Amino acid sequence: MSMTVPVKAQKSEAKKQNPEFVQLLDPEGIRLSDDIYDPWVSDVTGDQLASLYEDLIIVRRIDTEATALQRQGELGLWPPLFGQEAAQVGSARTLRPDDFVFSSYRENAVAYCRGVKLPDLVRVWRGTAASGWDPFSVGMATPAVIIGAQTLHATGYAVGCKKDGVDSVAVAYFGDGATSEGDVSEAMVFAASFKAPVIFFCQNNQWAISEPVGLQAQRPIADRAPGFGIPSIRVDGNDVLAVMAATRSALDRARNGEGPTFIEAVTYRRGPHTTSDDPSRYVDPVVAKEWEARDPIARVEAFLRSEGVLTDELAASIQSRADQVAAEFRAGCLGLENPEPLSVFDNVYATEHSGLARQKSQYKAYLEGFEK
Amino acid sequence: MTELTLAKALGSGLRRALSDDDKVVLLGEDIGALGGVFRVTDGLQRDFGTDRVMDTPLAEAGIIGMAVGLAFRGYRPVCEIQFDGFIYPGFDQIVAQVAKLHYRTAGNVRMPLTIRVPYGGGIGAVEHHSESPEAYFAHTAGLRVVTCSTPQDAHSMLREAIASDDPVLFFEPKRRYWTKGEVDEDATALPMGKARVVVEGTDVTLVTYGPLVATALDAAVAAADEGISVEVVDLRSLSPVDFDTVSASVQKTGRLVITHEASESGGLGAEIAATLTDRCFYYLESAPVRITGFDVPYPPAKLEDHFLPDLDRILDGVDRALGRVNSLTGWSA
Repeated sequence: MSMTVPVKAQKSEAKKQNPEFVQLLDPEGIRLSDDIYDPWVSDVTGDQLASLYEDLIIVRRIDTEATALQRQGELGLWPPLFGQEAAQVGSARTLRPDDFVFSSYRENAVAYCRGVKLPDLVRVWRGTAASGWDPFSVGMATPAVIIGAQTLHATGYAVGCKKDGVDSVAVAYFGDGATSEGDVSEAMVFAASFKAPVIFFCQNNQWAISEPVGLQAQRPIADRAPGFGIPSIRVDGNDVLAVMAATRSALDRARNGEGPTFIEAVTYRRGPHTTSDDPSRYVDPVVAKEWEARDPIARVEAFLRSEGVLTDELAASIQSRADQVAAEFRAGCLGLENPEPLSVFDNVYATEHSGLARQKSQYKAYLEGFEK
Repeated sequence: MTELTLAKALGSGLRRALSDDDKVVLLGEDIGALGGVFRVTDGLQRDFGTDRVMDTPLAEAGIIGMAVGLAFRGYRPVCEIQFDGFIYPGFDQIVAQVAKLHYRTAGNVRMPLTIRVPYGGGIGAVEHHSESPEAYFAHTAGLRVVTCSTPQDAHSMLREAIASDDPVLFFEPKRRYWTKGEVDEDATALPMGKARVVVEGTDVTLVTYGPLVATALDAAVAAADEGISVEVVDLRSLSPVDFDTVSASVQKTGRLVITHEASESGGLGAEIAATLTDRCFYYLESAPVRITGFDVPYPPAKLEDHFLPDLDRILDGVDRALGRVNSLTGWSA
């Protein structure tokens, strides 16, 4: 099937309350019209939306499997993305291979979309490596754990693209908590001054561990960017189509030399901050229930079923594919080998450092004592 | 061969680096039209353009973080931190990102940044303009830390730092910016990781670096008047430290004095004293002596002479190493 997605002239409650809020697929799965953003996704067919739906199902399945692996002692830690699938898939699927992502640690769906191999997603969390993949092989830096630090890296990369005369774009992913960090404000200052082709993609998931977004910002986070001279878009982060439209418009600005754009994808972290967290200490279950009703997958499913694109048969085959990915993921995780002891000294420097060389040779001699 | 001030020698090093490699870009505050507050980058923006010599907003984390992104893109950024005491807002990016990215990415991402830092006191400045923060960086795995003391080294070591595939903290002894010396741009330079024996001697090894090399040389001359032969070693590199050169000297003299402007506790002197005690224990005739800045914030200008190691304090240290009458024995001894 290859029809384009039909649009209905309706407005959701969220849109009525805030006309600036970009939403194309409401929580009930009704496709809403939007004069500005409809054109950005007018080419998306039912089959393509079904493909995005498959991505959403798979990344949620990977996430569930990772949490299970942590509970079984196979991972030291895992930061679930449960609830944020649409924000990540909708944006990452719009990027070109030559664009470059600088993310935080929760962007595992982005990494999946960029082509990161399944076991590479968990090398860090299993403790076998300091990071999972070669950034240049997938156009995505390995995650920055220091909150917000990567926004400056994205800005610098974007300035480099501009110097090189290419129309590649850098995308910085970060959360609502990060917006309080000085680095994020500095990144916006630099990006605006140098008109850098960078997208600041903020997933406002309402929580920074236990701190609600109200502690970070007294106004919608998207309102901050215009003060830096950067246009911003506030989009329903649980609406994969709206996220795609917003990201495409920002990419277009960047590629045309119009500089940075700030996107606030309003979403909700339905799981804990990490597997070490206990949200029952701070989450209001009533609010959590409200967000459950705005689930990013349910609405796509409802829409695709209403259009006849998603049949029981297709849904079952997608689920079976997701289970297969999860099985591969688990096997890959369990198959990760522990690093050699002396590799603790590797790659600290690109060229030999005499002080470290001495420590390595002394430790090697020490270890050899156990072999005798 | 041309006679240049140390500042001009740095400028000519930057000029050569910009000419030799299109990927070299300079970032910093006031480095463009002004040429930097010390004029080290004088004329470079005029000659290489605003795309290669970029004035940045006033944010050190921003400068370093942007340089990280440029390095990801294949550039070789040279960042100027305007004054030593201004580096701390960029500390997180340096220590948590620049230093660790090569390790974190299993060697896939190189961070060939050079971070230039005018440092040290002796210029009668206000707070935050006279500090010696080198130990923080020498303590950090993944960074190389060097400092120059002559115009020739300033030129050659800066070019080597920029060409290095590792991040280099390049500390410039700001009170020596106006020291003149011969510079041969094409000279075969001593590698920046090597220490240099500046003056040979037989009685005491005096280890120092950066701004105090000149002071140490004066002390060696003064000591010679009293018949004491001092060997002066300019470390040049603080990470790694060339312990082979220092050890060879201490094995010859049997006595070690270390002097630096930075505060004593946890400073480079402690590292050198510990390692040399380990490596030269049976050669040492006396315990290593440290002559350093005190463990106080850098003081007001009218007090800095009571903070900075000077010729007399260094000579007092030499006397301590030799077991002569000194400030600790009491003057009547």
